[in-house]
Amino acid sequence: MADQPFVIGGREFRSRLMVGTGKYADNETMVRAIEASGAEVVTVAVRRVDLDRTKEEGMLHHLDPETVFLLANTAGCYTADDAIRYARLAREAGFNEFIKLEVIGDEETLLPDVDGLLRAARVLVDEGFQVMAYTNEDLITALRLEDAGCAAIMPLASPIGSGLGLINPYTVRTIKRRLSQPVIVDAGVGTASDACVTMEQGVDGILMNTAIAQAQDPVAMASAMGHAVEAGRLAYLAGRMPRREIAVPSSPTTGMLD
Amino acid sequence: MTDSITIVVNGEERTVAPESSLLDLLGVLELDPRAVVVELNREIVRRPALGDTALSSGDRIELVHFVGGG
Repeated sequence: MADQPFVIGGREFRSRLMVGTGKYADNETMVRAIEASGAEVVTVAVRRVDLDRTKEEGMLHHLDPETVFLLANTAGCYTADDAIRYARLAREAGFNEFIKLEVIGDEETLLPDVDGLLRAARVLVDEGFQVMAYTNEDLITALRLEDAGCAAIMPLASPIGSGLGLINPYTVRTIKRRLSQPVIVDAGVGTASDACVTMEQGVDGILMNTAIAQAQDPVAMASAMGHAVEAGRLAYLAGRMPRREIAVPSSPTTGMLD
Repeated sequence: MTDSITIVVNGEERTVAPESSLLDLLGVLELDPRAVVVELNREIVRRPALGDTALSSGDRIELVHFVGGG
């Protein structure tokens, strides 16, 4: 079935699944999982270089920016100013103008600070960034982020790392219906059925990390997620049958024997 | 003339030779300038300028790169 091209900030991507690179047991598993997922957009975080070399090396030792599209995030930032600082550092690394903007408002839930998010988004859009904004499943904030010039709006399915799945399909569907810019659900997917149900709401894509990285077999789960995102997208495009509260037979009711 | 100056790199005090540049610092730390982004006193210093940027006592330097994240 023919689909629309998946375009964010003027750039077309081949997969509607985007994956993170955090929380893997080892880098080899991460690389194999990314391949198995079919994802093109791969997120990374900006952190201090470990000067004692006791911890892992940078991601660029493991990922080839020629084969994946590196999307830096501002994870861990609790103020607009911090997020802007991290975004500028990420851009200076020299790969692209895209930033997954997170401004976190609360440590326990990791829910976004939407006021800080909007302020940071406006500054970064002015500086030429393609801002992909991680936000609540709140229509008004999503509309404001779109007005601010964000390239994509990224409502959560449920809190980061929770694996609770799509808690509020109605609000995510409403956001998708009301916005013109791509809507990519970010955070909360736990397993393949969650990804499929999320895509069936009509959103443009999904970004996930923990559901793959913390699966018992991350490479197999990555493959499952790739299929689930495609299946959900196809089901959305196909258009589901109406729900009925009564049974309707699938076989003819005529031609029965006496 | 002192034989070293004290700076703060990624939150830790370090001493470097006077008139060292940021590029010299990366060399001492065995870091590839293409693999890190450098901030000096909260201002980004672009790669071509690293060799021309001299360090002063008390400078705060952040050296960052990409790590795993979601």
